[in-house]
Amino acid sequence: MKNQREIKVLVAKPGLDGHDRGAKVVAHALKEAGMEVIYTGLHRTVDQIVRIAIQEDVDIIGLSIMSGAHIPIVEKLMKKVGQEGIGDKMVIVGGVIPNKDIARLENLGVSGVFPGGTPFSDIVTFINDHVKQA
Amino acid sequence: MGVAKYTKDAKDQITDVTLQSGIHVKPLYGPEDLEKIGFSYERDLADPGQYPFTRGIHRQGYRSRAWTTRQYTGFGTPAETNERFKLMISHGQTGLNVAFDLPTQMGYDSDDPMAEGEVGRVGMAVDSLRDFEVAFKDINLAKIGSGLTINAVASIMLAMYQAVAEKYGYGRDVISATPQNDILKEMIGRGSWIFPVEPAVKLIGDTIEYSIEALPRTNPVSVCGYHIRESGATPAQEIGYAILIANAYIDNVLARGYDVDAFVGRFSFNFNVFGNIWEQVAKFRAGRKLWARNLKEKYGVKKDSNMYLRGLFGGGGYGLTKAQPENNIMRGAYYALSAALAGAQTIALCSYDEAYTIPTPHSAIISLRTLQLLMDEMGLRDTVDPLAGSYFIETLTKEMEQKIEEEMGRIEKAGGITQAVATGYIQRLVARQAYEFEKGIQSGELLKVGVNIYTDEQPMDVELHEYNWESAEKQIEGLKQVKRERNNRDVARTLAALEQATKEGKNVMPYLVECCKAYATLGEMTAIFRNIYGEFDEPSLF
Repeated sequence: MKNQREIKVLVAKPGLDGHDRGAKVVAHALKEAGMEVIYTGLHRTVDQIVRIAIQEDVDIIGLSIMSGAHIPIVEKLMKKVGQEGIGDKMVIVGGVIPNKDIARLENLGVSGVFPGGTPFSDIVTFINDHVKQA
Repeated sequence: MGVAKYTKDAKDQITDVTLQSGIHVKPLYGPEDLEKIGFSYERDLADPGQYPFTRGIHRQGYRSRAWTTRQYTGFGTPAETNERFKLMISHGQTGLNVAFDLPTQMGYDSDDPMAEGEVGRVGMAVDSLRDFEVAFKDINLAKIGSGLTINAVASIMLAMYQAVAEKYGYGRDVISATPQNDILKEMIGRGSWIFPVEPAVKLIGDTIEYSIEALPRTNPVSVCGYHIRESGATPAQEIGYAILIANAYIDNVLARGYDVDAFVGRFSFNFNVFGNIWEQVAKFRAGRKLWARNLKEKYGVKKDSNMYLRGLFGGGGYGLTKAQPENNIMRGAYYALSAALAGAQTIALCSYDEAYTIPTPHSAIISLRTLQLLMDEMGLRDTVDPLAGSYFIETLTKEMEQKIEEEMGRIEKAGGITQAVATGYIQRLVARQAYEFEKGIQSGELLKVGVNIYTDEQPMDVELHEYNWESAEKQIEGLKQVKRERNNRDVARTLAALEQATKEGKNVMPYLVECCKAYATLGEMTAIFRNIYGEFDEPSLF
């Protein structure tokens, strides 16, 4: 069903970090690639993000994290996603992510990690491929 | 990433150069260019130290005083940060620039559920005066000035700085703090805002008004074009928006009945340096001139020294790359060169590992050494404004001046700076530009070494600062101890007085100082403001 409508992506800024250039730039790129993009704005809690994801019935939750707090935030989010029974929604992460943390994030259940500087086409291709498979 | 756009022909010859601000650079400049712009030494430049200060604010430039070195420093607990401060000072650093963690920047105590996972991560955690006592222990506050990179709760941190100075026996008249305290730019970029525009600007007005008498050596605001540029603004917009933002703060204090000459001399600025070297130098020269002219013509400022554009020029965070991180050391050196050629009062550099995380002591000292060798080995202190009189630089300075005025005009037309921030007009504009720049990098239209030219297949790993979870636990333990030991009656009394003053619209600064001295926590003070002022309704557009 999903590939018959636009892919819907939630671009979220969890936690207290206010650096939103990356989130907005990726939001622009995904929109230009034909996806429907919802941007949460700053300073969202994990609970708020999951609630918006359910309300908007998005396919993908994209987290932008520049503060270094990506591990605790993702742990919390994946737990909440499990509790709410929305494990079908794909979670991807972008931001300032050291290389050594990429595998850790993937082990927590993140489908794709895209550190700063990743070409837009990589993100778009990844989303298109994975949502169609689902 | 803010590099100029180059057009080349089939033979790889450059046929056009367009700077980020939209100015085209010609292959050759000569006397006829100066004639064309109606260049006049007296009107456009004048000697250094003379209006309009294009050539710098001091007659002898760096001969009379080297620029201050002020690396952005802070992580974990105040004890860890104090140790790092002392390390940097022992290596010759001449000022401090305090990094606070996100809970502190957002007015939450370390034990607040909102702070979970963030305590001490991107800066030091501060909950009460006890933390400042530890952070500034054994630092000569009469000699070393402190930049406090804090905005939404800058009033509280400035009060806390006064409280710690007094506790350590330094008079209010000898300490020099520079809280960043620029909330309008936080709303454009960086995002550490709490309160709505109006009360947030009122708090800034309070700090400026209070400083006139109480903290005469303090620079109560440091208007940051820096973060606006990091968010996607051009160099011309960076300067133009900063001047308009500074004007909004001036207007707030003028409305309280003060003479502009009584306070505007303590304003300072923080600007970014990355990208084309000539454009950076020209923007600072033009910026000094426009700020001085703005103050003289719009506000009737009389005293020359009150018209100085004083600032920290540096950083360059957005220019740094994750790819080939050691290249960032060289980038930093060129950014510092640009800042020094432009007459910066203070320079700080982002360190080479900051595309990954906050710096290690090793990388922070490399940044400091970069500044020191420029100062002591390369001749940057020899003579003031060494590029003056260049056909190119003077033409470009004039063109930047016009561009900056054009950008300011656009915002005035959109209803003024406060309106343009509240509605998200500027945020939308810079986000769109950021997207275009990024596309330019990805398509290779804008050149970036290690990213789209001279790339390596092998990613390089660098030694990184590691977050220490124990620091957060220690911090929360310390907060509990303060709460156990303090006199709760004093806390309740001073907080009640703060609440009353806030409701009545009084200047909150004296009340904040009393709260700090009673060891009221940052979270307790901020909660009062949150309840009365509410929160900024972000126009979350992209």
